Amino acid sequence: MAARRMSSLLSSSTTSTLLRSLGNYAGRGNGISRFSTAAALEEPITPPVTIEHIKLLINGQFVDAASGKTFPTLDPRTGQLIANVAEGDIEDVNRAVAAARKAFDEGPWPRMTAYERSKILLRFADLVEKNADEIAALEAWDNGKPYEQATSDEIPLFIRLFRYYAGWADKIHGLTIQADGPHHVQTLHEPIGVAGQIIPWNFPLLMFSWKVGPALACGNTIVLKTAEQTPLSALYVARLFHEAGLPPGVLNIVSGYGPSAGAALASHMDVDKLAFTGSTQTGKIVLGLAAKSNLKPVTLELGGKSPFIVCEDANVDEAVDLAHAALFYNQGQCCCAGSRTFVHERVYDEFVEKAKARALKRVVGDPFRKGVEQGPQVDSEQFDKILKYIKSGVDSGATLETGGQRFGSNGYYVQPTVFSNVQDDMLIAKDEIFGPVQTILKFKDINEVIRRSNATQFGLAAGVFTQNLDTANTLTRALKAGTVWVNCFDVFDAAIPFGGYKMSGHGREKGIYSLNNYLQVKAVVTHLKNPAWL
Amino acid sequence: MAARRFSGVISRSLSLSLRPLSSSLISQGNRCSLGREVERFSTAAALEEPITPPVRKTFPTLDPRTGEVIANVAEGDAEDIDRAVAAARRAFDEGPWPKMTAYERSRILLRFADLLDKHSDDLAALEAWNSGKPYEQALKIELPTVSRLFRYYAGWADKIHGLTVPADGPYHVQTLHEPIGVAGQIVPWNFPLLMFAWKVGPALATGNTIVLKAAEQTPLTAVYAAKLLHEAGLPPGVLNIVSGYGPTAGAALASHMDVDKIAFTGSTDTGKIVQELAAKSNLKPVTLELGGKSPFIVCEDANIDRAVELAHFALFFNQGQCCAAGSRTFVHERVYDEFVEKAKARALRRKVGDPFQKGIEQGPQIDSEQCEKILRYIKSGIESNATLECGGDRIGSKGYYIQPTVFSNVKDDMLIAQDEIFGPVQTILKFKDVDEVIKRANMTRYGLASGVFTKNIDTANKLTRGLRAGTVWVNCFDVFDAAIPFGGYKMSGIGREKGIYSLHNYLQVKAVVTALENPAWL
Repeated sequence: MAARRMSSLLSSSTTSTLLRSLGNYAGRGNGISRFSTAAALEEPITPPVTIEHIKLLINGQFVDAASGKTFPTLDPRTGQLIANVAEGDIEDVNRAVAAARKAFDEGPWPRMTAYERSKILLRFADLVEKNADEIAALEAWDNGKPYEQATSDEIPLFIRLFRYYAGWADKIHGLTIQADGPHHVQTLHEPIGVAGQIIPWNFPLLMFSWKVGPALACGNTIVLKTAEQTPLSALYVARLFHEAGLPPGVLNIVSGYGPSAGAALASHMDVDKLAFTGSTQTGKIVLGLAAKSNLKPVTLELGGKSPFIVCEDANVDEAVDLAHAALFYNQGQCCCAGSRTFVHERVYDEFVEKAKARALKRVVGDPFRKGVEQGPQVDSEQFDKILKYIKSGVDSGATLETGGQRFGSNGYYVQPTVFSNVQDDMLIAKDEIFGPVQTILKFKDINEVIRRSNATQFGLAAGVFTQNLDTANTLTRALKAGTVWVNCFDVFDAAIPFGGYKMSGHGREKGIYSLNNYLQVKAVVTHLKNPAWL
Repeated sequence: MAARRFSGVISRSLSLSLRPLSSSLISQGNRCSLGREVERFSTAAALEEPITPPVRKTFPTLDPRTGEVIANVAEGDAEDIDRAVAAARRAFDEGPWPKMTAYERSRILLRFADLLDKHSDDLAALEAWNSGKPYEQALKIELPTVSRLFRYYAGWADKIHGLTVPADGPYHVQTLHEPIGVAGQIVPWNFPLLMFAWKVGPALATGNTIVLKAAEQTPLTAVYAAKLLHEAGLPPGVLNIVSGYGPTAGAALASHMDVDKIAFTGSTDTGKIVQELAAKSNLKPVTLELGGKSPFIVCEDANIDRAVELAHFALFFNQGQCCAAGSRTFVHERVYDEFVEKAKARALRRKVGDPFQKGIEQGPQIDSEQCEKILRYIKSGIESNATLECGGDRIGSKGYYIQPTVFSNVKDDMLIAQDEIFGPVQTILKFKDVDEVIKRANMTRYGLASGVFTKNIDTANKLTRGLRAGTVWVNCFDVFDAAIPFGGYKMSGIGREKGIYSLHNYLQVKAVVTALENPAWL
């Protein structure tokens, strides 16, 4: 059910705008390529946006990299160049941190009232709304995700998140605390200082809002490194942020690579906090660098292999639909993808049949074409990795129900792929594939599926489908995962905390919990003379 | 009910060396194998008769008054950590502890607090003997704080609230605050029991199980207290104590793939290693309570006599072996000379001697390594031209006693003004105005605590906001109530212990989102 996913945020105004802008391209193709037709892809549609910002943003100015170097950002539909972007390295990170340091230590940002900060965040949300189509086009172009998905799901959610955090800015309360003696005790929740933030390529703007929203609401300054695959949309919105009144140096953006710019940020002695979203392997490196340098606290949002559990009493049609969305959404490039579909043996065959039929109906094609559900994977590296996993699934004896090949011959499109008869010890049931590959496993009883669901290094999310209250409660408590969605999936409201158990991460983003990531707690204890009460 | 049954079982196991069997336990004879679970405590508890025949590796724990052996203690290594983690894992995954009601858990903690009070003489004596701190200090300050902390956390056990959360669509959203699982905890030697309470209290109140590594210098009180906790009804496997060294037992715990959380108190350098080991293994979240070089700021309008006394206390308490020690005494130039004079006089009056003698304020340093390190810093202070007002030498030739030492005319760039000395060495610096002292106070990699002495509310407020430290004490110092959060900015640590904030260290947040059919409201 669409209404049960984050597309419930779909705004009619952006949709109609979307339809209008897409009208310009309606005549250029011969209709939608369905996966079942496996038709060759036609010429890519020209995205409705021009690239304006390709430089680094430091201290409120767009500047070239100190080295003068650039790197190409590519169109996943073709592998062709979109633009050459300034490539930030250690020296640029140093410049950006110095600007953020100065903005925090001497600038107006932490010294203005929280109400003023909140108004800047609100103005920013309005500006993004006004420019939503262009921003969505940039996001779809750089990342390969359907333009409709970006306009109807992601940009409205991005705006919603900034309005949410604008509301928090003037509600950061400390505590007053009872003492055991003649002392007045209070806690101040202070901004932590300069926050380093490293975001991934799968949801460039959403991850921007998860990171930048709470950091700014709490009064910090930021150096943000975007993913080298998707540097464009962050630069665009950062410009809008300055239009909204953000003082220079408060938000600095460095485009670049992990081992150079990312490592420099994680190791920097003058960065007070680090937040990272990406793979578990890289997360471990980031945390190691933070430990080796200045012990900055680290928030990590890492990989997952989330179970999607369909009990025998579930509404099978609805579960099939949501299991499909849970896995295939965003080309399967979601850290919380429902990538182990556990189905009760009594409904297994029916489920597999319907899941296969649904995958066959999935509309794959140019992300800028109307009605397309799935675009290309982000780059050749991911594309090759996914095809290797598909081969491994076939080799290990899982049943390939559908898909299994690249789609077309241009760009990084992969056929929606479904495996049944998947066993727990197969690589496709253990590793994060991060692609459009659904693996369906069979289970007999609740205790067994709890044990198997938890037998993983990950613990990011889980889906539970049942009509039975006891079953729902048992699974909800027993699953070791940061989110349990019951009869729904991928509900990403701003107020719902998101984060991992085990090796899926540290800390929570979104919701009230996310504020802790960007606040220091200062206990203030004052001696009292002859207090009236204690 | 379950708690009472288990209390019976475990006290039988422990009773082998402690008290006669009670008749009610005989029916549970099939649980005798639990005796193996507790031999860790008993073998390591030097004051008890060992109940385990097998000869294993031991290490000597020494009397800081003499450097002589108090006892040889079972030396835990990687294999013992594995056994302890397996026990904690089983106790968490299958045992009664996380499954009993929070009220039952709280009652076990309350019974434990009562037992601590009952045994406070023994515990204080053990603590003083093993660490060299004055017996009176242990008995009158530390033990009451330990039982107070466990009563505080007993009160939290049944008050762990999650939230219900407003949704943007037809969903019922709630958060569950769940125990994180097996907690590894590494405690230091300067306040062995207090650090035990800071770590064990919140972990147990929130339903976790524990493997705790005691410092190799001070292994004795933790096993004694753990024995009492089992007497109070703690199920086996919930609290496991491994005595041993950092590079062996400590590293094994920090690296363990089946430990869900680690908390460490100690030096910044070791804290970095612990964090790295956690990152390299299973990314377990880490709480760190590390070093400090806390400023103690005396403004010109302060009550000088009171500031002198508190500055003295802030530095010399516990032989100067406090992470929060007020180890940079900044005094306003208008009152500087008077302050130095009085601080020197106070240090000269400090009573140093055998910790078991009445009226003694200062015992020996913990061991020869620390003693020599402190003497090296004193030498460095003299060589860098700080004025040695008094002290500067060790006392006697036996044990690790050091004279209360005061340096004046200390400059920011001297080693004694930058490094954590962790000894009875007060360094007094001069300042002119508030902005200057804020800048200088913050010019350190540390940010653990600070003291502010002034009568002026604007000065107090300005310093309180301007100082980058986890605690600001205004006209007081070392107030360590259970409800006050404690922890560091910058390289003094990550996270907060004590208070409501400490619960977060031992809880996972699970968001539960349920689809609603035709809700009456949103």
